[in-house]
Amino acid sequence: MLNDFIKKQLIAIVGKNNFHDTNEARLVYSYDATPNFQSLPDAILMPENTEQVQKIVRLCNEAGLAIVPRGSGTNLSAGTCPVQGGIVLTFNRMNKILEIDEENLTVTVQPGVITLNLINAVEAKGLFYPPDPSSMKISTIGGNINECSGGLRGLKYGVTKDYVLGLEVVLANGEVLRTGGKLAKDVAGYDFTKLMVGSEGTLGIITEATLKLIPIPETKKTLLALFEDIDAAAKTVSSIIANKIIPATLEFLDQPTCEVVEDFAKVGLPTDVKAVLLIEQDGPKEVVENDILRISEICRDGKAVSVKVAKTKEEAEGLSTARRAALSALARLKPTTILEDATVPRSKISEMVTAISEIAEKYSVRICTFGHAGDGNLHPTCLTDARNKEEMEKVEQAFAEIFEKAIELGGTITGEHGVGAMKSPYLAWKIGDSGVAAMKAIKQALDPNGILNPGKLFAKDTRKRVVVQA
Amino acid sequence: MKQAVKNEIQQGFKEQLDYNELMNCMRCGFCLPSCPTYAQTGQFEAASPRGRIALMKGVVDGIIEPDESIEKQLNLCLGCRACEPVCPSGVKYGHLLEEARDVIQQKKTHSVPVRVLRHIVFKELFPKKMRVKKVSQFISFYQRSPLQGLVRKSHLLKVLPGNLEQMERAMPLVPSKKEMENRPTLLQAEEKKVRRVAFFTGCLMDTMFMETNDATMKLLQKAGCEIVIPKQQGCCGALHAHSGERNMAKEMAKANILAFEGLDVDDIVLNAGGCGALLVEYDHLLKDEPEWAQRAKAFASKVRDFSEILMELKFTDKELSLPAQTITYQDSCHLRNVMKTASAPRALLQSIKGSLYREMEGADQCCGSAGIYNITQQEMSMQILDYKMGKVKATHAHTIVTANPGCLLQMRLGIIREGVEDQVRTVHLADLLLEALN
Repeated sequence: MLNDFIKKQLIAIVGKNNFHDTNEARLVYSYDATPNFQSLPDAILMPENTEQVQKIVRLCNEAGLAIVPRGSGTNLSAGTCPVQGGIVLTFNRMNKILEIDEENLTVTVQPGVITLNLINAVEAKGLFYPPDPSSMKISTIGGNINECSGGLRGLKYGVTKDYVLGLEVVLANGEVLRTGGKLAKDVAGYDFTKLMVGSEGTLGIITEATLKLIPIPETKKTLLALFEDIDAAAKTVSSIIANKIIPATLEFLDQPTCEVVEDFAKVGLPTDVKAVLLIEQDGPKEVVENDILRISEICRDGKAVSVKVAKTKEEAEGLSTARRAALSALARLKPTTILEDATVPRSKISEMVTAISEIAEKYSVRICTFGHAGDGNLHPTCLTDARNKEEMEKVEQAFAEIFEKAIELGGTITGEHGVGAMKSPYLAWKIGDSGVAAMKAIKQALDPNGILNPGKLFAKDTRKRVVVQA
Repeated sequence: MKQAVKNEIQQGFKEQLDYNELMNCMRCGFCLPSCPTYAQTGQFEAASPRGRIALMKGVVDGIIEPDESIEKQLNLCLGCRACEPVCPSGVKYGHLLEEARDVIQQKKTHSVPVRVLRHIVFKELFPKKMRVKKVSQFISFYQRSPLQGLVRKSHLLKVLPGNLEQMERAMPLVPSKKEMENRPTLLQAEEKKVRRVAFFTGCLMDTMFMETNDATMKLLQKAGCEIVIPKQQGCCGALHAHSGERNMAKEMAKANILAFEGLDVDDIVLNAGGCGALLVEYDHLLKDEPEWAQRAKAFASKVRDFSEILMELKFTDKELSLPAQTITYQDSCHLRNVMKTASAPRALLQSIKGSLYREMEGADQCCGSAGIYNITQQEMSMQILDYKMGKVKATHAHTIVTANPGCLLQMRLGIIREGVEDQVRTVHLADLLLEALN
């Protein structure tokens, strides 16, 4: 609990309506969407502007009190779980779209803006903000930036970092740092913008962002390709890209995933084939039609048993909305769903899919797989029960082996969910001891007292590497 | 709250809440945008379905004590269940909420006035149809006597807490004793008989809103239904189930199952989403009582909203017309989220010639009525209602259609609050359809 002296000062900064430390409030800000992580904060603050954030940070820095910035708590790496207590800082009072600049094609927002609201607002002006994480209906832009969220359109359009042009950041000492701007080019020193994106709130508190927009694509088409063989589906993914077509979306769903998603959304996803590819192309009408035709051919050549193009916009939207529910829908099957987002080079996707099913079999755990196959970014999801300690240990081992395999194939432990508290024991596997040391040096320079989202990224101990048998 | 009570509540949560269901919530947050109280509290996580489930689980896990703040938060929930259809994991939030409220009600000692009021409402009034009738008759007398004029002129109700004054004005003109005559137990189909159904009259619907019940049955007759109206039926028990009086609700469910069993009907039809949502869940309510579980399932599987029956019997082929006006529809949450009826009322309204149907933004969100929520949680209820009326305004509707008595009263209250009584009216779907048919 906070001592009275600090509590009074915090209330003086944000006002008593924006300060919460009841049992109730502390409990509901003790978690995010990551299973098995829960830790009570001491208080929740809802600042209304950057000045308030500065004052809070200064106070916490002096008192050595942890600060965890949090959007809607949808992240999947325990990045917003206050593992060391302290203050949870929410941005629901800083949720305005400040400006849509149609001359520079930028939008400037406060961190609490809901991603989908931003997307809708710019689309109303004929503009396009592509990053579309599955949780976009409720996730915030601040959270997306801190985690560098991806989404279904990442293949063609990239991820959050490709759209952040400038940031306003409150540093651990309470100073405001302004990075970048409405600029197409800017090499004035270190690229702090890119450094901050995906830093999970460990280097500073983002209080404003200027994002890049592009013109909205003229048209869009969606197709479903059905496969009786998972490997054939995975190989088709690589061959579409090898044929020099970059679809906007290229998603993979295995049979159990299709089944639960269909159970929830009832959009006509097939449940009787081994794997489905959900493919979307956007752009000028002729290009889209031509691409969809060629993709259909490649799928058929790749042993797709059926290729169906969505007939209406509603049908197409229904399919991608349903896909976004995949992870949550899998929770229908078992009490606990643990998902990872190991990512490999696109050409290795088929090898990775095979490895995942072999590993699942080896540890006798149930893993369903879906994900952004076109990005090489899969979401193997283990269906288990957190109460079963023995099985949980096997799950952990299986995931360790999946990470090892991904790295061996030239991949990474996380493509878009972040390291957080969950994957911190594996960070060194990917970037090595020198990488961890360099990151720690940056952290030390910007946050010497370690108050910004402590317990994330860097683990006390790196997990012992598993030996993968060839 | 005394420590002993807290301990008992915690024990009760452990015993009564389905832990698998609590774990089934994987905290993705997909429910948050659908929750009216989450929106109206400026996105306070505790006022969301995910937050409330976490609170329940937190109590069961022993992370927090069930203090007043938890009870308050569970009471702030409308129970509209808009979070359920949007939950990809299929969490049965409504069931968890009812169990939790039940535990708190049973373990907690209320203050004397609250105890007396709960006793009168839950035990002495609603379970006894004659008494509901008596109260309605009193209201009817009041409305027809000079008393009403005097009360309104004196602004007597204004000095009382809450918005009794507006609520008094929102009440429909209740039929007189004479009009509440005994119903026949069988009505013939007016056209070729194509179906035999039973009609669930409800308590409020058959007294205060008797005209709507009459209209509904008329429509069903015209659609070719022979209607059985068993005399032994009573209140559905929804109010009880939602307010932590599950045992009472179970007794009322059993009485209704007995009343409808062996009637040889295809469907049990009604016109109130709030009642229907409990009727379709009688199987869940009685799942732990072996001699009732099967019978409750048989009952529940037959329960349908009248709009669904009308659609199946191609009612839209009939000549339906109204004078020029704009119509909009406010979903009954329980009709939509629990009975899963959303498109039938809209299709019926769109088939009326002469009038224009305009969909309201957020029609699927609660109006703040929610049973007795507009009395127990007046501040939040009015906040939600005022927000809703903003959306109504944007449709420029002359007629707001609803499909549940609570929503109907609430929308009337909204119209009075906005001061647009002379421009906007609110009617039950059945009444409007009958108007369009004549």
